[in-house]
Amino acid sequence: MPEEKSAIEICDVTKLFGDAFKALDGVSLSIRKNEFFTLLGPSGCGKTTLLRLIAGFEYPTAGTIQLHGKDIATLPPYQRPINTVFQNYALFPHMTASQNIGFGLEMLGRPKAEIAARVDEMLRLVRMEGLRHRRTTELSGGQQQRVALARALAPTPKVLLLDEPLSALDYKLRKEMQIELKRLQLETGITFIFVTHDQEEALTMSDRIAVLSGGRVLQVGNPREIYDCPGDRFVADFIGEANFLSGEIIVATKDRAQVRLASGADILARLPDTAPQQGKVTIIVRPEHAEVHADGRPSPLSGTLESIVYFGTDTHLHVRLAHGDRFVVRRQNSPLQDAALVAGATVGVAFDLAAAQILRN
Amino acid sequence: MARRYSVRRQRGFTSIALLCFALLYLPIATMVVFAFNAGTTVGALEGVSLRWFATAWNNDRVIEATIRSLTVAPIAALVATVAATMAALATTRTASYRGLAFKVAFINQPLMVPEIVTAVALLVVFSRIKVWTGYTGIGYLIAAHIAFCIPFAFLPIRARLETMDLSLERAAADLYATPWMVFRRVTFPLLWPAILAGFMLAFVVSLDDVVITEFIKSAGQETLPTYMLGQLRRTVTPEMNAISTMFLALSIAVVTLFFFLSRKKD
Ligand SMILES: Nc1ncnc2c1ncn2[C@@H]1O[C@H](COP(=O)(O)OP(=O)(O)OP(=O)(O)O)[C@@H](O)[C@H]1O
Ligand SMILES: [Mg+2]
Repeated sequence: MPEEKSAIEICDVTKLFGDAFKALDGVSLSIRKNEFFTLLGPSGCGKTTLLRLIAGFEYPTAGTIQLHGKDIATLPPYQRPINTVFQNYALFPHMTASQNIGFGLEMLGRPKAEIAARVDEMLRLVRMEGLRHRRTTELSGGQQQRVALARALAPTPKVLLLDEPLSALDYKLRKEMQIELKRLQLETGITFIFVTHDQEEALTMSDRIAVLSGGRVLQVGNPREIYDCPGDRFVADFIGEANFLSGEIIVATKDRAQVRLASGADILARLPDTAPQQGKVTIIVRPEHAEVHADGRPSPLSGTLESIVYFGTDTHLHVRLAHGDRFVVRRQNSPLQDAALVAGATVGVAFDLAAAQILRN
Repeated sequence: MARRYSVRRQRGFTSIALLCFALLYLPIATMVVFAFNAGTTVGALEGVSLRWFATAWNNDRVIEATIRSLTVAPIAALVATVAATMAALATTRTASYRGLAFKVAFINQPLMVPEIVTAVALLVVFSRIKVWTGYTGIGYLIAAHIAFCIPFAFLPIRARLETMDLSLERAAADLYATPWMVFRRVTFPLLWPAILAGFMLAFVVSLDDVVITEFIKSAGQETLPTYMLGQLRRTVTPEMNAISTMFLALSIAVVTLFFFLSRKKD
């Protein structure tokens, strides 16, 4: 039975604001139990709207939302065993940290002793034992974040929704909290639905990612699939950096094609089922999957090395291809420098068959 | 050292400010001083005494009017504040719809329509009701005061609700609080300084009202302000000053109380 496995089943959900504006447009997602699922997309793509539909603050215009096989689309928020960590934390300013954490259980009418024990457990889990009697207005951003997390976890929801919970934190704290969140998810076994527009955060933390744009789901997959096999140009561009080459398919076989590039060179590229099997196509090559050399050996692309940008761990080489496009290559830095690679040099760019992939139009 | 621009160094600033303060406080100071006059006029000071306070205290009509004022004002303020709180919740905790701004303006009507118009309108309606029911008690006065107090209570409560973060109430609902529990545990505790402010404002406005009260009151239903107005038509003695001074002391006490109550919360 499919209900057994999925925690949240979103089926063809559309949300209209006003008469015509579609914040969500036919979204279908199946989120598994115990999964760290991330909604990723640019600002305004509908991530928060989708979370609010799951939490119950808004109701879908069309479509159904199921929790463990039960339709919840019309239940009010207080009847859904789903809790939210809000983007601005939304801690109750007139209560202490402990009172905040105990609030959900109190509303569920649990006995006082049980609440106290659970609050203690939660404080330990988020490492805040020492600050239980503090007013939440007297806590730092990171501490508030932990209290918000503990408050949402305390009633042991079936699903936890997190709306960009880390965006207000500085870089270092953010890295720490990413690890912490992942640990909490593994320890509690609760399904996390996490919203971010930080692609690196999405790649490092998620079991699976859904990429949204303009209220639609463009692609769902694990981080590797999303990064290595982006379905279309938007996903490829949004996640990581990408070089795009245009060309025309000459011969296509089952999973690969020979493509003639604008420069006239022929290359081999991976051909997913979803991509066009003939005609004009776009190919993606990740900057770290290509290499530049200046020794004149034959390569599918050639051009002039325009600039070299040093990034510490790696260096970006910006190449102006012979027919005008720009191509970026990223190479890991090593103590040995390639003396021939200087700005203005004529260089060749080469990559593997596995590095080039044809995109959906 | 370059002097920073400050409005206080504009020419004439100090004199205008002093003039304004003088206009505000000199009459009050004069009134208070003459309340302690031993003589019988408010023109010449003839020594200090508390005789006019004693006179006022022993004047049954003053006591009666005071009791009436202090009956009407708290009841009117309380009912108006409850109504205003509900109105403020209803106009801020709902999805915006066409006609909402109009509705808010409607609630604020007593602020915009001249008081005399409301007074006449109420007089006409109430006199009809009096004929039909035969009831001539203080209920009319209380009802009228409730009506014009509502916007004064409504304004601060609505202002606070508008700036209050909606996500707090959402968070409570998310944590299994029913709408009533959301109000009891989150909205009300955060809103109560504004509710208190609304109540105080309504209380003072009711206590102070002359125009509407003058029209609505039945015979013998003087409130303190209408009684004083009536007295001014005859001879003016420092008794008026004494009553006003006590009135002033009462309002200072109320404002101070409110100040400390609301500060304790923050
Ligand atoms: N209550 C509302 N009324 C009208 N339009 C809304 C409402 N809420 C959201 N929208 C619109 O719906 C679209 C999606 O909004 P949403 O908040 O879901 O974006 P988001 O993906 O969370 O963006 P961000 O990353 O900036 O938080 C936006 O264009 C927004 O303007
Ligand atoms: Mg958002």
